[in-house]
Order: sequence, then C-alpha cells, then structure tokens
Amino acid sequence: MSKRIDVKDLNVYYGDFLAVEDVSINIEAKSVTAFIGPSGCGKSTFLRTLNRMHEVIPGARVEGEVLLDGDNLYGPGVDPVTVRSQIGMVFQRPNPFPTMSIRDNVLAGVKLNNKKISKGEADVLVERSLKGANLWNEVKDRLEKPGSGLSGGQQQRLCIARAIAVEPQVILMDEPCSALDPISTLAIEDLINELKDQYTVVIVTHNMQQAARVSDKTAFFNIAGTGKPGKLIEYGDTHTIFSNPVQKATEDYVSGRFG
Amino acid sequence: MTSTLTPVRSKRSALTKGQLPKYAPYAVLGGALIVGAAILALIGFNPFGWGLVSAILFAVGLVSWSAAVEGSRKAKDKLATCLVVGSFLVALLPLVSVIWTVLINGIPGLIDPGFLTTSMNGVTGAFDNKAVESGGPVMGGIYHALLGTVQITLLATVISVPVGLLTAIYLVEYGNDGRLAKAITFFVDVMTGIPSIVAGLFAAAFFFVVVGPGTKTGAVAAVALSVLMIPVVVRSSEEMLKIVPNELREAAYALGVRKWRTILKVVIPTAISGIASGVTLAIARVIGETAPILVTAGFATSINSNVFGGWMASLPTFIYTQILNPTSPSNPDPSSQRAWGAALVLIILVMVLNLVARLIARIFAPKTGR
Repeated sequence: MSKRIDVKDLNVYYGDFLAVEDVSINIEAKSVTAFIGPSGCGKSTFLRTLNRMHEVIPGARVEGEVLLDGDNLYGPGVDPVTVRSQIGMVFQRPNPFPTMSIRDNVLAGVKLNNKKISKGEADVLVERSLKGANLWNEVKDRLEKPGSGLSGGQQQRLCIARAIAVEPQVILMDEPCSALDPISTLAIEDLINELKDQYTVVIVTHNMQQAARVSDKTAFFNIAGTGKPGKLIEYGDTHTIFSNPVQKATEDYVSGRFG
Repeated sequence: MTSTLTPVRSKRSALTKGQLPKYAPYAVLGGALIVGAAILALIGFNPFGWGLVSAILFAVGLVSWSAAVEGSRKAKDKLATCLVVGSFLVALLPLVSVIWTVLINGIPGLIDPGFLTTSMNGVTGAFDNKAVESGGPVMGGIYHALLGTVQITLLATVISVPVGLLTAIYLVEYGNDGRLAKAITFFVDVMTGIPSIVAGLFAAAFFFVVVGPGTKTGAVAAVALSVLMIPVVVRSSEEMLKIVPNELREAAYALGVRKWRTILKVVIPTAISGIASGVTLAIARVIGETAPILVTAGFATSINSNVFGGWMASLPTFIYTQILNPTSPSNPDPSSQRAWGAALVLIILVMVLNLVARLIARIFAPKTGR
C-alpha cells in the first residue's frame, strides 16, 4: 500500500527567488523520515513540493524530478489533483472543516470528490479511519457533533483520520505536534509508530528529540544566510545523525550550538 | 513582644486624593435643569433650548466641581465622558424623532380596517370627502403597493445575488490581484456611488433599446434596483469570503479536491451566514428607493401580479403620489393618513429584514457544540 519517493536535483523557486537548492533524497516505503533544521531553512517548502501543494501559491515552481515509485510527479500531463489524492498532508494547525460533523470530516475526501459510497461502506470507512488515528473510542458516541468541538489534540487526530480515509500511499506531516500539549503529542507520536506499518510517513519537525523518537531516517537541512537558498546537508539513519554525524554543521545543530 | 509594624496613619494617605460624593452627578443635573428652566423662562420657554442650556450647565458644573475636589485628571475624564455621551445623545435624536413621528402619524392609518388588504382601485376623491365629512373610516389601502414592493425587490434579489456572489468568488479565489480583478474592484466601488435616479434612467434606457419605447413594468424597476444592489452584495460577500481561513482551502486541496469543488462545498458553506446577512441588508437598503421606481414602473392604483406587464405600484411611490397628488385635492387628510401608514409599514418591513438577517447569521453560523 505504500510507495517510495526518490527526489532528483530538485530546485524550488518562488517566482525568481530560489528557496531550496539541489535536493536529492531517497525515501523508503513504509518508513518514517524526519526533516530537521533551523527556522527558514526550507524544510516545509520542500515538504510541500512532494505533493505539489506549493503550487497553490501563485508564482511557485520547481525544476527537477520527484518520483513516486518511478512515476514523475512533475511529468508532462500530470494532474496535481491526482498527485494529492495519492500523497496526503497533515498541517501544523488542526483544520477540521467547521461546517461538518466529525463523521463528515472523516468522509470529506470521499464526499467532496463526489464519489458515491453506500451508507454501510461509509460507516466502515469512518470506523476504520478513526481507529487508525486512535480517535474512535473517544468520539464513537458523538459522530454527528461538529468537528470543531474537539480539543486540539483530538482535532489533529481527526485531521489524520481524514487524511488516511482517502487511502494515500504517503502521508506528509508538517510539524503536526507543534500546536499541541505534551500528552496529545505523545498520542500522535504513538500513532506515527503504528502508521508506518502501512504508509510512508515524512514528518517535518522543529523538535529534535521528537525526530529522534519517531523516525527511522533523518534529513538535516540548513540555510547559509537570509536570502540564500536552503540545502540538504546530511541524510542518514537517525541513530547515526544524532550520535555520529558526518558534517560539522549537522553536529553543531544536533548538539544545540545553533538553531 | 513589641509590634514591628508601622502604625497606620490616621490622616489621609499620601496616595489618595479627594473624591466627589456619589450623588454628585444627580445633584449637578438637578441644579442644571432648574437653572436652565429659569434662564429660559426669561427668554421664552422651549424644550429644545431648555435641553441645550441644561446640558451645557451640567457639563460646566460637573467638570469644575470635579476639578476643585478631585484634581485635573479626573476633571478631564469627566469632560471627555460628557462630550462622548452628549454626542451619542445628539446622534440618537434624529432616529428617535423619526420613529416617534412615524408612529404617531402612521398608527391611525395602519389600524384602519382594510388598510393592509385592499388597494386603491376605485377609491376616488368622493370617498375621501365622505370620510372627512361623516367621520367614517378612510377607504383604500396599500395591498397593491405591498405586493408591488415584494415582487420588484424579489426579482431584483434574484438578479443581484448570483451576479454579485459570482463576482465576489472571482475576485477572492481566482483574481490573484491581476489587472482584471483590480478593474472590477474599481468599477464596483464606482457603482456604490451611483445616484439611484441614474440607475433608474439606465434601466429605462436599457429596456427602451432592447424591448421598445415606453416600457414601464415592474421588471424594469427590478433591473434598476439590482444596479444598486450588486455592488453591496459584491463587497459584503467579498469580505465574508476573505474571512474564511486559507488553511481550510489547503486542507481540501491536500485531500485531492478540485478548486471549484473546494469553493462550492467548503468555502461557501463556511461563509454562508455572513453572505446571507449581507444580502438581507442589501435588500433592506433598496427597498425604500423611490426615484428609480418612479422612472421605471410608474404608479398604479390596482393590484398587478405580473412583473413583466404594466405599471406597478410600490410602497415608496405610493407614499410619494399620495402626498403630492392627494386622491381628493380638497381633503388631503385621508391621503396623508394613508401615506403615513405606508411609511410605518415600510419602516417595520426594514426592521423585520434586519432581524431576519441576524437570525440567518445565527442559524447558519458554524456550530461549536461539544
């Protein structure tokens, strides 16, 4: 059910400004990869190019290739909408649809695309997605209540349920826990550990300890100065990056000398 | 054991100043009213002058007393309070005066039997003369005008809301601050300032060219009103759409939903309560426009249910014609009474529309129940 991502020589532009320079990285299927680095180094920008979400900003473009199991996402004739139905995304701040109930929120990926499913199938999908996001026990009695009536951690898990209900190959997470308290963060980190059995997960995080806890491999991004493009400095097993990094900049960052 | 606390000073602490007694404002108010009455008794009493003189005396008295006892900072505070409250009362005065006058003059017309259910069809000057001489009920009513207003405004809404809403969607979702979007915004701003009679002349000329000379129907009036309504609908819908947070759109895109579906099923439902109340307020704005309807729909005395055929009456034009051309020139009072009754009905209609707008906003707002 999950695919690998291979990025070759990707340059990300906002208009004429080069934001991320020359990234090549291979992300294994059914693994958790963390992107770490200081603020403004381009990790969120790079993450958004993996499902063509950066294109909603007018003037944003890329040069290079992103291959999903060999298919170039940026090839000619590729529809960004198809890409996004295969690669899902969870955002920094929980954003359930306020006009929809919890049940409709989980089914949003299906309903908003006008795909017809029977009520029985819909119930099965809702239960499976909410169980997969570890939220079923807490909301199974109030599925018709509005989605915005939940706590922050529950809302974020609802967004994760919504993302996995469309059965993507890859799940991208952009700092999913930065707006949450420690207990909700723990719940989501446990969830990520379970998700990696079925999906490829890529997570951007500011919290190095979180990266050390959840990920199999870690990529360290850095930026030379303001106005300069961000670059991928080092990519390897999490254990190696944090205890025995090759690059000096990586070692400085993980030991807290800057960041 | 001896106490090491410093004894509390028995005289006033160095941190406080004097304070006016609690009854001070009322005392000054009473004094100002009495002195004001006395001054005006010398010049010639009228309530307005009394109110004005008392207000000035009250402000001067309270502020100077406060300056003497409490110090200059509190005195300035009291002066500012007096100015703010005074301005508020002055602003409130015309509103209260209008409502009072319309109520006093309109209720006799409104409670007349048959006022809301009959039209002016067949009511001639003779009926009015008889009503004045014999003291009987005033014949005639506003049913035709009420029906006309409802039909014309409904048709205007049906024209304006789709055009206005779709324009707002283009400006917010697809415009991207391009040249076309900027031009549209500029022209919409210009349209908000068009005098209403010019809108009426435009509609009359438009139908003259398209249909034929001398076309005067309810539909022409509806087109004129929609010219006035469209900019209001565009502006308020645009604001409501901009308020929808961008992260909701991104959440939908990330699920693989197309842009137009996102707008239709996520953005508009989230903004619908604001849009609905904006539309209701736009309706309330045009419902009382007289000039464009006079120029385009004429005025009729009988009920006309066909918006596309023949002259149609409306509440504002009814008031206008009853005052300017009373049904019975020798006895204008019944016409005047009917006109005031119609004015009261119009104000009640606008008030009801405002309440409906608030209700709609509350019903459709996204809920946050637990």
